[in-house]
Amino acid sequence: MNDKEHRAILHVDMDAFFVSVELIDHPELVGEPVIVGFPGRRSVVLSASYDCRARGVHSAMPMSQAIALMPEANIVEPVHGKYSAISERIMAYLHTVTPQVEQVSVDEAFLDVTGSMRMLGGPVAIGQKIRAHIQNEFGLPASVGIARNKFVAKLASTYAKPNGMTVVAPERTLEFLHQLPVTKMWGVGKRTAEQLHALGIDTVAQLAAEPESRLVQRFGEHGRALCLLSHGIDNRPVQPVREEKSLSAEHTFSTDIRDKDVLERELLRLGHRVGQRLRAQEKVARGVGIKLKYQDFSGINRSKTLAAATDSSSAISSEAISLFRNLWPLAQPIRLLGVKAERLEDSAQGIQLSLDPKDEKTREAERIADLISQKFPKSSTGPARFLRPKE
Amino acid sequence: MKFSVEKDVLADAVSWTARSLAQRPPSPVLAGILITTHEGIVRLEGFDYEISSHIEIPADISEQGSILVSGKLLAEITRSLPNSTVTLETEGSKISLACGRSRFHLATMPVDEYPTLPALPEIAGTIDGQAFAESVSQVIVAASKDDTLPVLTGIKVEIENDLITFLATDRYRLAMRELNWTPNQSEISTSFLIKAKTLSEVAKTLSSSGELKLAISKNGEMIGFESANRRTTSLLINGEYPKIRSLFPSDTPIHATVRTSELIEAVRRVSVVAERNTPVRMAFTDGQLTLDAGTGEDAQAEEAIVAALRGEDIVVAFNPTFLSEGLNSFNTDFVRFSFTSAPKPAMLTGQEKLDEEDQDQYRYLVMPVRLPNSN
Repeated sequence: MNDKEHRAILHVDMDAFFVSVELIDHPELVGEPVIVGFPGRRSVVLSASYDCRARGVHSAMPMSQAIALMPEANIVEPVHGKYSAISERIMAYLHTVTPQVEQVSVDEAFLDVTGSMRMLGGPVAIGQKIRAHIQNEFGLPASVGIARNKFVAKLASTYAKPNGMTVVAPERTLEFLHQLPVTKMWGVGKRTAEQLHALGIDTVAQLAAEPESRLVQRFGEHGRALCLLSHGIDNRPVQPVREEKSLSAEHTFSTDIRDKDVLERELLRLGHRVGQRLRAQEKVARGVGIKLKYQDFSGINRSKTLAAATDSSSAISSEAISLFRNLWPLAQPIRLLGVKAERLEDSAQGIQLSLDPKDEKTREAERIADLISQKFPKSSTGPARFLRPKE
Repeated sequence: MKFSVEKDVLADAVSWTARSLAQRPPSPVLAGILITTHEGIVRLEGFDYEISSHIEIPADISEQGSILVSGKLLAEITRSLPNSTVTLETEGSKISLACGRSRFHLATMPVDEYPTLPALPEIAGTIDGQAFAESVSQVIVAASKDDTLPVLTGIKVEIENDLITFLATDRYRLAMRELNWTPNQSEISTSFLIKAKTLSEVAKTLSSSGELKLAISKNGEMIGFESANRRTTSLLINGEYPKIRSLFPSDTPIHATVRTSELIEAVRRVSVVAERNTPVRMAFTDGQLTLDAGTGEDAQAEEAIVAALRGEDIVVAFNPTFLSEGLNSFNTDFVRFSFTSAPKPAMLTGQEKLDEEDQDQYRYLVMPVRLPNSN
């Protein structure tokens, strides 16, 4: 398995992001040790300047411990929303370099600039340009790692910190990689590191010298991945996550409709289609909207915010129907109806449960219906109202 | 009609009456405030077919009469006047309003087109104004703001003899507050559903002068409140309120008590890193409550506070808004969480001291957020 040739991957990582952002508003603290966190004893460090890190302060450490390590540090209270706002602007800028941007967190991203080189010059020129732009436009330091894949690019940016740039030319990948301790590797956490140390493996070079079979025997599939990485092979593409902000379903009637029952049943059906797709994509909606087009093609959109985000078909349908009822009586017959789930969030963040047991039972029924239609794609499960004969 | 009154007294009365007027009055006369003089008293009234308000102020009356004048305009004028005596006087089809060196002329509307205001129903009993205001503010946080479910935008008021119970829910949390009052008859059993917004307005503007009289109409369609020189009536919400008292868990093997202010602060801080509405996780272990928010890839925050736990360790997640709105409704130093199990609602009650029993006159029930890795 060979690494794809000619790829140029950049890893852009902001240096001590929260601290750097605060320094813009606190110029008097530039050059001083700074910790961002609430000064309370039981709070934790959100970010620390590099001189604090050198003394062992790291994020998520209790503030009391951090202050003990660095008593002279200046404590700055974090401001809600400030960091994500700046992050959004930085990410928007990175998207002007290439659409191939994979945002990893609030302060780091991978860029595949392979396709941008003809216009913007080599990866080194692009990396310099990005660092200069972030410094000049936002007043923030960023480190950039450049390599032929994400794994090495990330190691390179870490190597470059603070406020630097490391270029690992493809032919020098192994040379760069093999001098690093094995603990720096992606996928080597505390437990794996202990096991590797027990095998006498401390550096990436030593890991690369191990036969793959031995690593697979010891670590299973993870061992195979480690072996590939130790040889500098990582084919994971840069995946621009296109966050879908809304999801909708529409229906155009074959003849214009005025019958309230028919229209509401269509909204119910559309709501169920939207709900099913939401659940398949593991999203929840914080807003529901409807769209309708009259006979004369004039349109109306209505939407509302929900008290709690939902992925339930029946909740979305009933919100859509209630929005529709507010428009009653209709000015004209309707040619098109649409239901939209808006302001989507990841359902991995959790689903607000309802005190109403009926809501939870409905949710469970919908989950089972999803499983059935997964297994028997041609079946259709849904509310009994769907069974009514159509006009 | 002609009378004189201090600016403060008039401005206060006008602004209170104008508050109950409809934004878009169903008929032009309902944009007006009806001002009537009567034996040394000036009466101001407003009505929007749903809510009526009525206030009486003493004034120096030199000519009896009544007028109907735009409430919004009169409120804006009286608010801007200098501190001095105001004289209102009819001049043909207009009124003149003079205060210090300012003078205004306003058009009036025909008094005989103004509808008759509903009479205050029979007084059923009295409530302590301050306790009433506190109770309403405690339950109102849980009322729904979604007008598509009108029943849940209301507060359910249940009266059993000398006990009034206020209930509100938006399907994700439920607040219940019990309050003793003094009914006029010793045996009374009734209930009504009133818009949360209306009840909140009553609590804000009628509870500061001690006693609040509660009036309930015989047909169950109207409610009235009277305090000192103010009274208001409101139509009630029609509709079946869900039976929600049974949602309070009867058996809660897990109890955890924390200092209210400490938890409020901790929730506030931990939610800094969380996007709006992402849940705050709470892990109760012996002696400690650890809160955290944020997901692996984004910023994370963690904080621990002291907690007295009885029963098994429990991890549960809440919408930070639902949690902090509930916590802020307690005025006790401590708050107790009572759990059945993680996916079941948590009940919050107040507690004065760490080693005391909890008080149950106010209870806030909140449904947790189900995290994907827990079922």
